[in-house]
Amino acid sequence: MYEGAIQDLIDELGRLPGVGPKSAQRIAFHVLSSDPSDVKRLAQALTRVKELVRFCTRCFNVAESDLCRICRDPRRSDEVYCVVEEPKDVVAIERTGEFRGRYHVLGGAINPLEGVGPDNLKVRELMMRLADGTCKELILATDPNTEGEATATYLALLVKPMGLNVTRLASGLPVGGDLEYADEITLGRAFEGRRAV
Amino acid sequence: MSGVGFKGKLYRDDALVLRVQKLGESDRIITLFTRRHGRVRAVAKGVRKTMSKFGGRLEPFGHVDVQLLEGRSLDVISQVEGVDLYGRRIMDDYPRYTVASAIAETAERLTPVEQEPSLRLFLLTLGAIRALALGEHGSSLVLDAYLLRAMGVAGWAPALLDCAVCGNPGPHRGFSVPAGGAVCPDCRPPGASHPAPATIELMAALASSDWQVADASEPNHRREASGLVAAHLQWHLERALRSLPLVDRDDTTRDRARDRKERS
Repeated sequence: MYEGAIQDLIDELGRLPGVGPKSAQRIAFHVLSSDPSDVKRLAQALTRVKELVRFCTRCFNVAESDLCRICRDPRRSDEVYCVVEEPKDVVAIERTGEFRGRYHVLGGAINPLEGVGPDNLKVRELMMRLADGTCKELILATDPNTEGEATATYLALLVKPMGLNVTRLASGLPVGGDLEYADEITLGRAFEGRRAV
Repeated sequence: MSGVGFKGKLYRDDALVLRVQKLGESDRIITLFTRRHGRVRAVAKGVRKTMSKFGGRLEPFGHVDVQLLEGRSLDVISQVEGVDLYGRRIMDDYPRYTVASAIAETAERLTPVEQEPSLRLFLLTLGAIRALALGEHGSSLVLDAYLLRAMGVAGWAPALLDCAVCGNPGPHRGFSVPAGGAVCPDCRPPGASHPAPATIELMAALASSDWQVADASEPNHRREASGLVAAHLQWHLERALRSLPLVDRDDTTRDRARDRKERS
């Protein structure tokens, strides 16, 4: 145990995800030996992120104003929405440069074991966005795991009566892998989604 | 470390995947219900990466053959092979997914001590997930049948014929969760409910695997039975199941529509 400020810093760092007591101690002593201007910049960045960053009122992506950068962009199509679980999924899809529509961030996936149902996600907000009729295609890009698939199934059931074209991201074999190591679910999906060459 | 010592720390079992939780950058903690080692929590390293050797084999509700390495706090999954990955047929049907989640949570709650074998409950849970995946019966019926029989394994089976208090031969009209099931007029405590006789018959059919009676039951009796079963389970668990209020029992509506179509 250390005394005063250094122990307070170790305790606070130790509460961060993935940071154990040893790592917290190492980071704290790194901070202590760093240049005061570097430490000040880190402290300001931490304060600013809580002060400035909020959720976009339309798509619930992270934003620094009422609307996020993507919702403000007039060049993007209003006819295609892509539904994702988390803001980091938006970044992953944006990196591909393949999608030029709008997003909707649910804030997670339906997981009854953790007590997360449709009412805990931004499902009602999605339905309200779709009600104006401008969207023609809804891409369900939830994670390709059991919770994500079940969430996509639930949304598809909910949205289909609105007459939208509802699509799901393809899933199958990863590039660079061997067929013999593929599991039954992935291989089954790859067969279902096979394409003409 | 000698080769013999290392081998001693490895063990193999077949298991049902009950729950997965994210851990760190790309790992997961997998809660397994194993045949010979009871409930085991183990780490699957790198399972969230797209090129993981585990692939989708450690998704919830899968029956897998697994090799584990004993660890200090959590065991580590070293190899896994799918026996039957039921998750695929469950995740494409929302009501089935919510029911499977409730089954998994019940199994977890009824095995409070890790590494304590419970073969009867394992076989019952595996059978319920299999029945759910095959879709031979309504998913809500499968859940209620599982809950009734799991309570039987735990020693909390509700009395459905004779009086739960004095043993007076039934059938009786009164039903009291705190008293332990059906109650005769002399033992009926204040606040006891009066379910329809067909509801109690349905519960008895579900507890004894009489699927002919259960499948032919009316939707209103299914709803009433579901309420009584859930109340009985949560009374004994002393804490509500998180997944139970989220169970989608819409298949009752679907079954009714199918019955109407068949009759016409």
